[in-house]
Amino acid sequence: MLRDITIGQYFPGSSIIHRLDPRFKLVITLLFIIMLFSGGNAVCLGIGAVYTVTALLLSGIPLKMYWKSVKPLMPFLIITAVINLLFVRSGDVLWQWKALKITDTGLDISLFMIIRIVLLIMGSSILTYTTSPITLTDAIERLLSPLKKLRFPVHELAMMMSIALRFIPTLIEETDKIISAQKARGAEIDSGSFTQRARNLASILVPLFISSFRRADELATAMECRCYHGGEGRTRLRQMKSAPRDYIALAVTIIFLAAVIAAGRIF
Amino acid sequence: MSEIIRIENLHFRYGDSEKEVLRGIDLSVQQGEFVAVLGHNGSGKSTLAKHINAILLPTEGKVTVDGIDTADESRLYELRQTAGMVFQNPDNQIVSSVVEEDVAFALENLGVPYEEMRERVDEALRTVGMYDLRLHSPSQLSGGQKQRVAIAGVIAMQPKCLILDESTAMLDPKGRKEVLATVRRMNREYGMTVLLITHYMEEAAGCDRVVVMDGGGIIMDGKPEKVFSQVGRLKEAGLDVPQVTELAYELKKAGYDISPEIITGEECADALARLLGS
Repeated sequence: MLRDITIGQYFPGSSIIHRLDPRFKLVITLLFIIMLFSGGNAVCLGIGAVYTVTALLLSGIPLKMYWKSVKPLMPFLIITAVINLLFVRSGDVLWQWKALKITDTGLDISLFMIIRIVLLIMGSSILTYTTSPITLTDAIERLLSPLKKLRFPVHELAMMMSIALRFIPTLIEETDKIISAQKARGAEIDSGSFTQRARNLASILVPLFISSFRRADELATAMECRCYHGGEGRTRLRQMKSAPRDYIALAVTIIFLAAVIAAGRIF
Repeated sequence: MSEIIRIENLHFRYGDSEKEVLRGIDLSVQQGEFVAVLGHNGSGKSTLAKHINAILLPTEGKVTVDGIDTADESRLYELRQTAGMVFQNPDNQIVSSVVEEDVAFALENLGVPYEEMRERVDEALRTVGMYDLRLHSPSQLSGGQKQRVAIAGVIAMQPKCLILDESTAMLDPKGRKEVLATVRRMNREYGMTVLLITHYMEEAAGCDRVVVMDGGGIIMDGKPEKVFSQVGRLKEAGLDVPQVTELAYELKKAGYDISPEIITGEECADALARLLGS
């Protein structure tokens, strides 16, 4: 059961978006988020939507998948929208019943909020859907590398991230085994009251923790045996080369951002 | 042949502990030799292995590998490139989420330039027969495959000596066979010195030389058939001999004319056929 969990939801592929330099993708995603929040009117949002939908289509991943990323958040979005709708008092009244009233400003605010957040989630999913977590970590390390001068441990953080990613499937497998072993000894993991189940969880977490420490120790020795001595003087097998398409994508994003800002001023 | 590993009067204790884990070991291994180190749990065989690439340093005595004293900290990385080590649990020695990047890990640490790294990684992957799976995630591989990736990660450093610290202990029979075949080829084709630490007698049978450890010392050292023929002494050291050797030993004891120096199934079959024919 635990085996089905995937982290990062990466879908391998070879679309133009897949092939973009991950460093550019990260920067573009940041610009995209700024874009969504820099204009407050319908035109701005429209431009943002065109940008997002184009990117979604270019990624070559079924739109259903993007819908899946939004779906779990829909209830929260709807509740917030309804609250916005009922409690915004300014603007012209469109509908009223006793103390409840809906105004046009309220309607605007709640609609915009929903659309904006849906675009935000779908748009940033493109990044995680088309980039493997390990590549993403690598890109973050390289983008942040100037911070090394300020003694910020960029390499160490990235190494920790990538080791964590590497061990997720291993630990999931181990958890599975421990659960089976404890069940075989008569532990009840899926039944009983809440407190009982919480207490039973300890019988899984304790062995998992202990074995993680042992793994960490062995891994550290194995890394030392392969001459690991921090980030200094390291070279990389994974090369990141920017191609013209990366600059084009960045330029397009900047133009859209500028358009949104301009539209925010004009309309 | 030249000497690659030289261990002189090696004593070792953990921290302040009174008990000596290794007591006075002398061992010399020639370049290109395939040596099995046998011993039951706690005999000190893994501790000995850890001295060869300076994970542990001698409390007393001296270990030199290819002329490098393991206590010489300034040559530590050189030493670890010369003597590569593969551990027991393949899961706990793979660092990266992509096979080829894990193989490159040591080279990345050593600052090898990209073009050369690419070449050495591909070569190492081909040597262990994992080239086609180079872009897979280690979690998709079987135990034997993972261990071969770990071996590739070590041989990418182009070491002169490969130490396998019970590297087959956690594998299924198929995985064990894969790993052993890979190591044999490294030894035969590239002349790599191999130190195989194990408690499987069958694995030791195919080696040039068998070293048996017990209680922190070496109690036997010689050709496999010579060592295995001393069934009584091996049993005292808490070890089992290969089944065929034990069969020959029992037959000999029962008065049949059979050589006790039998270590493979074929030899045993031949000897039995001769015995029955006569």
